[in-house]
Amino acid sequence: MSIWEYANPKKFMQTSTKALPWVAGLAVVLLAIGLIWGFFFTPEDYKQGSTVKIIYLHVPSAMMAVSAWFMMLVGSLIWLIRRHHVSALAAKAAAPVGLTFTMIGLVTGAIWGQPMWGTWWAWDPRLTSFLILGLFYLGYIALWAAVDDADTAADLTSVLCIVGSVFAFLSRYAVLFWNQGLHQGASLSVDTEQHVSNVYAFPLWTCIAGFVVLFVTLVLMRTRTEIRSRRIRALMARERAGVL
Amino acid sequence: MLHVDDLAVSRGGLTVLEGLCFGLVAADLLILRGPNGVGKTTLLRTLAGLQPALAGRVSVDQEQITYSGHADGLKATLTVAENLQFWAAVHGQTVIDPAIAAMNLTALQTRRAADLSAGQKRRLGLARLSVTGRKIWLMDEPTVSLDAASVGLFGAMLRAHLAQGGAAVVATHIDLGLPEARVLDLSQFKAKSKRQGAFDEAFA
Amino acid sequence: MRALLQRDLRLALRAGGGFGLGLAFFLMVAVLVPLGVGPEGALLTRIAPGILWLGALLACLLSLDRMFALDFEDGALDLMAVSPLPLEGVVAMKALAHWLVTGLPLALLAPVLGLLLSLAPQGYVWLVTALLVGTPALSLIGGFGAALTVGLKRGGLILSLIVLPMYVPTLIFGAEAVRRGAEGADALVPLMLLAAISLGSAAILPFAAAAALRANLK
Repeated sequence: MSIWEYANPKKFMQTSTKALPWVAGLAVVLLAIGLIWGFFFTPEDYKQGSTVKIIYLHVPSAMMAVSAWFMMLVGSLIWLIRRHHVSALAAKAAAPVGLTFTMIGLVTGAIWGQPMWGTWWAWDPRLTSFLILGLFYLGYIALWAAVDDADTAADLTSVLCIVGSVFAFLSRYAVLFWNQGLHQGASLSVDTEQHVSNVYAFPLWTCIAGFVVLFVTLVLMRTRTEIRSRRIRALMARERAGVL
Repeated sequence: MLHVDDLAVSRGGLTVLEGLCFGLVAADLLILRGPNGVGKTTLLRTLAGLQPALAGRVSVDQEQITYSGHADGLKATLTVAENLQFWAAVHGQTVIDPAIAAMNLTALQTRRAADLSAGQKRRLGLARLSVTGRKIWLMDEPTVSLDAASVGLFGAMLRAHLAQGGAAVVATHIDLGLPEARVLDLSQFKAKSKRQGAFDEAFA
Repeated sequence: MRALLQRDLRLALRAGGGFGLGLAFFLMVAVLVPLGVGPEGALLTRIAPGILWLGALLACLLSLDRMFALDFEDGALDLMAVSPLPLEGVVAMKALAHWLVTGLPLALLAPVLGLLLSLAPQGYVWLVTALLVGTPALSLIGGFGAALTVGLKRGGLILSLIVLPMYVPTLIFGAEAVRRGAEGADALVPLMLLAAISLGSAAILPFAAAAALRANLK
């Protein structure tokens, strides 16, 4: 059986109906474990105090904000190459979720930054890049909303997503060039010595896993909604044409 | 020159015409008829390669086609001659005088397109077809806003084009006064089946 | 293709073509900013590179929505798609025409506005060079945005929403080149990066924009 079978809307709907409760349940369990563990059963940082615990929301949502765009890029490429409607609709479905994660990342960052850096906002490269990423999401969502014909909208937004990825990537490095910044380095990385201690890392990994599954849940739900709305549109067009 | 095989075309995700089969050889004139909304424009745009066919095949040399739609693509601030020169240059041609003469635009050559009447604009739009030097003309309601005399001019231009081995597909409601034309009534190809756009098929 | 370039330039320069609007807008920005931030020369000197680049960028944006929309509305774009012109070439030529009537005059006018904003004397060469090198990217990226939004009713608004984030790298490197130049520092690196963006855009974006136009013509 090929993976492309799930690109058939009917098959996708059938499978996702069965999978959705499990995926959603898993997201709830992982997030509950990760957040409760993180918030109540980890020591306070000697320097940052309890404010450090916002890391369990901040880091996963920031990671997902970028990952969501990558998922949209993959969805767009699949749509342009293989013309699978589900793929285009999944990309469409992921955009508002990605934008929300971007916003959560920015807001939690501001809440964290205020006591740490003494300011809600600084034009630090990471903060700035995320703000710019948010703008890319906005443009993408606006274009989807503005085009009437669904297939044309899918074509146009896919092209935008691909070109936008290049420019978002460029912006990331342009911003680094523009300002070196005060944001700390990556909180988690495999190869460097300097990262958060294990006490924080395990609940953090759980939270990240929880956010990934949460993202999958939301995208599945939204894709199902998009598919249904397309079906309604198709049926209405048919009714108007008197075929039904 | 043009061959259409079991073609189906769609507009707004709905199949409008299906099972179309026809061919066109040199000096052929095909008139498309049918009520509004039957899909004449959609068919012409599909033949011109502006939109993809839903099913079936159009075999034609795309390099031999030119299209004229509801809008003439005229630039208001350019003169009649400048408008034609542009389209001629785009198609690698240089001569525009015969086309201007054929549509009786000689006296208007230096006038801006903005200052032309609707009928004069249409004549200019039709003159564009003959400066392209292409063999197959696809025309969508070419006689809109033309008076009887201009329809006569258009008929003569079309006939000259056919005499030079050209061909044309014209969607029109009026009689062009060209007895050699074949008429294709599109209402008989109106989509009956429930076959829909690819998306709907996957869905409903 | 040359015919298309000629026609577009002619259209832009004739009455109603909108040539000069962008320049006037650029001038307005340079006049309004000191009125907003105060006449203090040292402050103006410091922000001049950024303001001049931002003004040029917005002035470019102003005329973008006309790039394809007019040809789309009067059917000329359909006819071009059927003609021997490749749509990629149409996009490239239209972006070039847009640059010739917007970016190039902006770059040439910029030194005068630099005076108004008391740009440091060393900055002028870099200002003109950076604008000459960077504004083609603005026209090309804008052409891509215009191709995406050509069929839309409120295309202009969405066009800005799409294009402005993509202008970020150009703005950063452009303004940085002028700023460094004005401060007497080495401005070659940002200038090279700016040139890279322009060249990269010229290589890739006509194809993306042509794909968008094809989707829009369907």
